[in-house]
Amino acid sequence: MSAARLTVAPGLLVPYAASLGELIRHPGRALLSALGIAVGVAMGMAVHIINNSAISAFSMSVNVLSGEADLVVRGPRGGFDEAVFPMVARLPGVAAASPAVEIDAKLAGRRETIKVLGLDLLRAGSVQPALVTDLEVSILDLFDPDTVLVSPQAAEQLDLKRGDTLVLQVGAREVGFKVAGLLAPGAFPQRAALMDIASAQWRLDRLGTLNRIDIRAASGADLTALRQSVEAVLPAGVHVSEPADEVRRGAGLSRAYRVNLDMLALVALFTGGFLVFSTQALAVLRRRQHLALLRVLGATPWGLTQVLLIEGLAIGVLGAAVGVALGYGLASLALAKFGGDLGAGYFRGVTAQPEVQLLSMLLFFGLGVATAVIGAAVPALGAARSSPVTALKAGSPEPAAAVPRYRWGGVALIVLGAAIAPLPAMGQLPVLGYAAVTLILLGAVWLTPSLTRRFLALLPLPRAPGAQLAVAQLRGAPNLSGASVAGIVVSFSLMVAMAIMVWSFRESLEAWLTRVLPADVYVRASLSGDTAFFGPEDQAEIAATPGVARVEFQRQLSVLLDPRHPAVGVLAKPVDAQRPQSILALTTKPLPVPPGANPAWISEAVADLYDVRPGGRLTLPLGGSDHAFFVAGIWRDYARTAGAVVIDRERYVELTGDRRVTDAALWLEPGASADAVAAHLHSRVGRGIEIAEPRVIRQLSLAAFDRTFAITYLLEAVAVLIGLFGISVSFSAQAIARRAEFGMLRHVGMTRRGIGEMLATEGALLGSFGVTVGLVLGFAISLILIHVVNRQSFHWSMDLHVPWLLLATLAAVLVAAAALTAVLSGRQALGDSVLRAVREDW
Amino acid sequence: MKQAIPMELSAGVSPLGNPASMLSIRGLGKQFGGRPVLRDLSLDLGRGEYVAIMGESGIGKSTLLNLVAGLDRPDTGEIVLDGIAITRLGEPALTELRRDRMGFVFQAFHLLPHLTVAQNVALPLALARADAAATASRVGALLEAVGLGDRGESFPRELSGGEMQRVAIARALVHDPTLVLADEPTGNLDPDSASQILALLRRRIGGQTAGILVTHSQAAAATVDRVYLLGPDGLRPKI
Repeated sequence: MSAARLTVAPGLLVPYAASLGELIRHPGRALLSALGIAVGVAMGMAVHIINNSAISAFSMSVNVLSGEADLVVRGPRGGFDEAVFPMVARLPGVAAASPAVEIDAKLAGRRETIKVLGLDLLRAGSVQPALVTDLEVSILDLFDPDTVLVSPQAAEQLDLKRGDTLVLQVGAREVGFKVAGLLAPGAFPQRAALMDIASAQWRLDRLGTLNRIDIRAASGADLTALRQSVEAVLPAGVHVSEPADEVRRGAGLSRAYRVNLDMLALVALFTGGFLVFSTQALAVLRRRQHLALLRVLGATPWGLTQVLLIEGLAIGVLGAAVGVALGYGLASLALAKFGGDLGAGYFRGVTAQPEVQLLSMLLFFGLGVATAVIGAAVPALGAARSSPVTALKAGSPEPAAAVPRYRWGGVALIVLGAAIAPLPAMGQLPVLGYAAVTLILLGAVWLTPSLTRRFLALLPLPRAPGAQLAVAQLRGAPNLSGASVAGIVVSFSLMVAMAIMVWSFRESLEAWLTRVLPADVYVRASLSGDTAFFGPEDQAEIAATPGVARVEFQRQLSVLLDPRHPAVGVLAKPVDAQRPQSILALTTKPLPVPPGANPAWISEAVADLYDVRPGGRLTLPLGGSDHAFFVAGIWRDYARTAGAVVIDRERYVELTGDRRVTDAALWLEPGASADAVAAHLHSRVGRGIEIAEPRVIRQLSLAAFDRTFAITYLLEAVAVLIGLFGISVSFSAQAIARRAEFGMLRHVGMTRRGIGEMLATEGALLGSFGVTVGLVLGFAISLILIHVVNRQSFHWSMDLHVPWLLLATLAAVLVAAAALTAVLSGRQALGDSVLRAVREDW
Repeated sequence: MKQAIPMELSAGVSPLGNPASMLSIRGLGKQFGGRPVLRDLSLDLGRGEYVAIMGESGIGKSTLLNLVAGLDRPDTGEIVLDGIAITRLGEPALTELRRDRMGFVFQAFHLLPHLTVAQNVALPLALARADAAATASRVGALLEAVGLGDRGESFPRELSGGEMQRVAIARALVHDPTLVLADEPTGNLDPDSASQILALLRRRIGGQTAGILVTHSQAAAATVDRVYLLGPDGLRPKI
């Protein structure tokens, strides 16, 4: 027999070894906790990488387009007078200026667009050299008005090669361009076509207009002064800004959506932390006597806390490391498969490569580790402060561990959350709204054990022995019961809050669509792009279509009110100023319009972003001049998050002389066929135009809505799954801790089925209580999501709609899941091995 | 109180065994992983008889108790309790048998911490769905008998070790079992408490109730009617 070598670790290493040994002995539970952290970190990391990569790709496009420019003049998408260019170019301090027509042109026969860059190719060389160097053809070839160069991305995505034809929709007709070659690789990293500016103006119906001028300042010029002098010569609605503002404005469009996704990922991480808390709370309970023994043998409370924190740290390091790797993998997969868009359409078509910054990796890793350590800290501190004498005594009550001691702390968190919820946005983000949700959730978790204790005390004692024992067990272990209930409360409240918010949004959207789509058929020159519209002849053709009783035309355009914000939509349509609510979903009482004033009805986003209120004035740059409008009301607009203003079309034509329209609403004669009308319009006006019945538009809109919320559903499902894991871990550990009890009950004659029923009763009781608290909490959180988070993020309001049937179904499923989980988790208790558990001392 | 054989147990009625014995063990053998633990072991226990089984640790005392309680199956031999062959019963019938005819006293007491003393004692009757009034009266009487008449509403954590074991004895006796199995009931107690517990068991076992006490303690063994030594050769009376 070989001599065994005995190693005795000094000091705390012995309990540390014991602690890590515990993790090794129960790897399943430790891995499950680590998985919870990994999923949270992975979701956060993936969302972060995708957003960052998309913004980075977007920034790169903006930077290439700006080239070496110090300032960029931007106007409405419709453009501004090209006479502005010489005025700007001649200003002192301007070294070079490059005029441009930058248009998102609709691809004929497709719903997508391509960015068309019309540049003065000779001037562009001195401001945007990257765009015009290393071309496959001579610049002179591009002076052919039918010629374009396409970016490698466009060539790949649209399957174009030299000699092919790129067909765009202009107005209601199609215009073809010969592909002369490709832009140099990396010259413009998105789908784009480059052509001569004069050709673009002519072939894309933009004669006499530009929509951007890039300016390179002379060496040593004062940029601020130059900016002021440029601003002074610009017409209304045209602004000058720095290229970085362009990036900020573009990224700002999706900022709220991105932050919301980040928050949902953090919710997943929070639930992961909760899983660590449940696992560790019950691991502490399981080793209660072992820990008490360490105390008796001389371990200090702090030493014991350290041992337990190390377990949390080990779980956190493992989970966070896996999460970071998993997040990178998920992000790479999503970027390769879906591009940089996460469902809301902000970065649709943006090609991006995963970009990881070491700092953000460390941040997410640290967040994961910190969450696990905090999750482990609560039970660790509880275990350290509990009396070893009590823990070592047989038949002693459950420890007070893992349960916050002062109820007022929970109440204070909830009160603080409720108090800060209605406060205004910070940096245009609902920071306080999120903080309120977090505080209220934490407060509820804090209070759950004492609420559970009260609930259990109020429960009448059932007559059936199994149910009686179940109630007695729950009453006797309110801290453990509270930990299980807290898991259900967190999961279910998030589920309820999201369900109410999404349902409210969907119902409000449906009602809004019904209100804004009163006609029988809608015709649009194009669903996307800046090049499609109906001229007067097209309008006459549409009005004369057989079967059409009445037609209303609408002009949609966008104007830049403030270079810090994205462009605002202007909808010029027939509006009865006496009864605007007949076509607009007004959220305020319509104001009577003062004589001689031009009325405008602004969307909630315009009211929020530009701080304009009914009765106030709004200046709109239309037709190259500023025009004052009287704000006669605020309406709800779910279509344009950057804001929209409705004005009367007659007034718009008077002010601008622009008779072109982008949309037509048709009311059909009785018995007329929408299909026949559509066929007639396609044959007479153009096959590229979009024609749809309101029913179809509603379906498409709701499908887009569901797509937008797909990622949020996914993140929520992950959070709920982690919550259910928590419940399962909680019940499993309880079952293990109660093996001797089950064994004794089997000895004194309780059947296996009886114990199963007892466990099911415990699960169902805790589940029902958790669901009830979760319902109340979820309702409160949904109010914050609806009235604060959504309003401040996206600037739209919605009416409260509660999906009662869905909630009742979810509640029933969760209670059943809790009962089933309790039985499954305690299945060891139903086996014969527990019979021996009582005789560990035999 | 439990003379009639319930329907569920009638399948296990054995023609074998000593008609004079309440518990009859014949040719019992059990091995674990090829290692024999019990070999051809036999024992008869009369009604009201109280015996102790002593032996070295690991010799098979626990295994013997497991088999008698129907918690484990022997490889050979038969155990008959009140004419019922335990070894032939299925799990539901064994559960019923334990509930109705056996009482258990454990070294670690195993009281449910969330039930009061009275509720712990009443547990076997509650599981048998006995009448509430009869249960209350029986529990009260038992608690008086074990000297805890005024502690019915206390919780186990409020009791001393000796008191907890007295509650466990009351629970083991509350349903008038035929057989009480006590495993080192004084193993966790101080000498004074231990002698009180042994005296209590001695007083309560008798009449219709027989008892088997597993112990290492000579003092404990001195309180029973007969003492057996379990060794590698089987069970033999200690003289």
